[in-house]
Amino acid sequence: MAVEQPMQTAAGAPGDQTRIHNIGYRNYDGPRLGRSYATRSLYSQSLRGAYGLGRSIKSKVLPMLLFVVMCVPAAIMVAVTVATKLKDLPVEYTRYAVIMQAVISLFLASQAPQSVSRDLRFKTVPLYFSRPIETADYVRAKYAALASAMFVLTAAPLLVLYVGALLAKLDFADQTKGFAQGLVSVALLSLLFAGIGLVIASVTPRRGFGIAAVIAVMTISYGAVSTLQGIADAQNSSGAIPWIGLFSPITLVDGVQTAFLGAKSAFPGEVGPSSGQGVVYVLVVLGLIAASYGLLMRRYRKVGL
Amino acid sequence: MVRVTIVVDVTVIATESLSKRFPRVTALDRLSVDVGPGVTGLVGANGAGKSTLIKILLGLSPASEGRAEVLGLDVATKGAAIRERVGYMPEHDCLPPDVSATEFVVHMARMSGLPPTAARERTADTLRHVGLYEERYRPIGGYSTGMKQRVKLAQALVHDPQLVFLDEPTNGLDPVGRDEMLGLIRRIHTDFGISVLVTSHLLGELERTCDHVVIIDGGKLLRSSSTTDFTQTTTTLAIEVTDTDDHPDGTRAVREVLHARGVEVLDGSNGLPGAGHILLLTAQGEETYDLVRDVVADLGLGLVRMEQRRHHISEVFHADAEDRDVTKEAAVHGS
Repeated sequence: MAVEQPMQTAAGAPGDQTRIHNIGYRNYDGPRLGRSYATRSLYSQSLRGAYGLGRSIKSKVLPMLLFVVMCVPAAIMVAVTVATKLKDLPVEYTRYAVIMQAVISLFLASQAPQSVSRDLRFKTVPLYFSRPIETADYVRAKYAALASAMFVLTAAPLLVLYVGALLAKLDFADQTKGFAQGLVSVALLSLLFAGIGLVIASVTPRRGFGIAAVIAVMTISYGAVSTLQGIADAQNSSGAIPWIGLFSPITLVDGVQTAFLGAKSAFPGEVGPSSGQGVVYVLVVLGLIAASYGLLMRRYRKVGL
Repeated sequence: MVRVTIVVDVTVIATESLSKRFPRVTALDRLSVDVGPGVTGLVGANGAGKSTLIKILLGLSPASEGRAEVLGLDVATKGAAIRERVGYMPEHDCLPPDVSATEFVVHMARMSGLPPTAARERTADTLRHVGLYEERYRPIGGYSTGMKQRVKLAQALVHDPQLVFLDEPTNGLDPVGRDEMLGLIRRIHTDFGISVLVTSHLLGELERTCDHVVIIDGGKLLRSSSTTDFTQTTTTLAIEVTDTDDHPDGTRAVREVLHARGVEVLDGSNGLPGAGHILLLTAQGEETYDLVRDVVADLGLGLVRMEQRRHHISEVFHADAEDRDVTKEAAVHGS
């Protein structure tokens, strides 16, 4: 990943003290790299910002802690697998994110507002748009940065599992296939979650509201969906279970990977969507991602200057 | 580097019957004005359309009708190219409190397209030029209003634009900070070679700083002419003298003698307490200065001060407001 070095170093170089103070104004005749460079810079700054890099120590604590919390169970599973010479990993690659969804939601809730609410709250947005960068560039950079941060968070434990599985000399082809399916799944999850999180966060300049709203949307939707699925399961109307699953982000991802990525469904009674229903799942996921992008564009066209 | 020399009669900003209408208000009403290089003041009461004009000039808000060019580029089609060449300092707060001035300005430099190394160098230079030294490594949240204004100015200058828009840069500053900011604005043109469009609702502070003043009111152009036109049509002399035993009221003695010599003398106090010792007279040329010197010397008084008082733009503004139609023609002519 193209994470760039922190930028404070050169400005504090010892040369500063020895410099004669009143050298006149110098014009800048170097290159001006334009829009796409500025967009990439904003992307890398936002991505680093999601993990607190280039920000205060305080803002590094939570994202780093959540990252560790994400990876530790994977490391433990690997240790158990290696030590007890299991035939397979205790958890499927595709299942890991579903199990850890609370941590993922917490990361999203803390970092989506950090990424966009600050610019709104301190009215920094006009400074961006008085530069070559355009609304679409800003939205794309912010969206891509948060989705990448989510991907790093969700793919890192899968990598731990995969490396561990290979160390435990499990079947290479099997593990590689599972790992690849897991990566596709968490990539989809990252895009979906980042979109939803950013849309919610971009509505409010207050970070606290943003955090609360993201957590509420994630937990309430999942809580409602799994409760209804449980009821449907108890009443033996299991045909309704996959349709109910369309209404929360994590069950959407679960449905897609059950239908197409060889995952075992986490739904009650393991009643995952059929291939036909799976197409609906994919369409809904893609629709939500597109809608998030569209809503962000609309939002930022308004807050321009 | 050879910076493209701006020929004097080239216009930096040109608008042609530029209008901006919102559902309820007309922010700009057929505004036609040409602005040359140098420091130009854009004056108007709050809500006169200054900020709207800047937004249109940055290519961020389409005009309802009419057209505008900035640095020879059409705002409707070349917005991105304009924004690469100009800087913008907003009126409101726009700084995140939890990063240092250096980090923030470096980031903004990169948003303007400067490569990482150049962004750091230009940031160090620019912050020094606006007068921020060691404090630039501390979080902005702890800065005074004056320091924040300097950071805002630095982010507008960091990419070495050809033109900067400064929206109310003296807002919220105390008199000393205001003077420093105005001096800095003057230097942006004289030392840095960057043209400036600075808005203010205070007329007085612009006369010292600007080469040219554009006054708009209710979205209409009231007047556009050079500062010297505004203020140097006549020179007023202010003099203050000491009192002696022979002349317990020196001011009055001087006034009487000057009056006898046929010079019209005004009381400079304007009814303000403590200012009664200042006399104002219109200078006709060199001989007026000599006359004052001789009169004061003959009376044996001490001359505390003799200074030129320029007319304030506000006087012009009030006169203009009274007969707007006449001056509007003059304004179009003046531009």
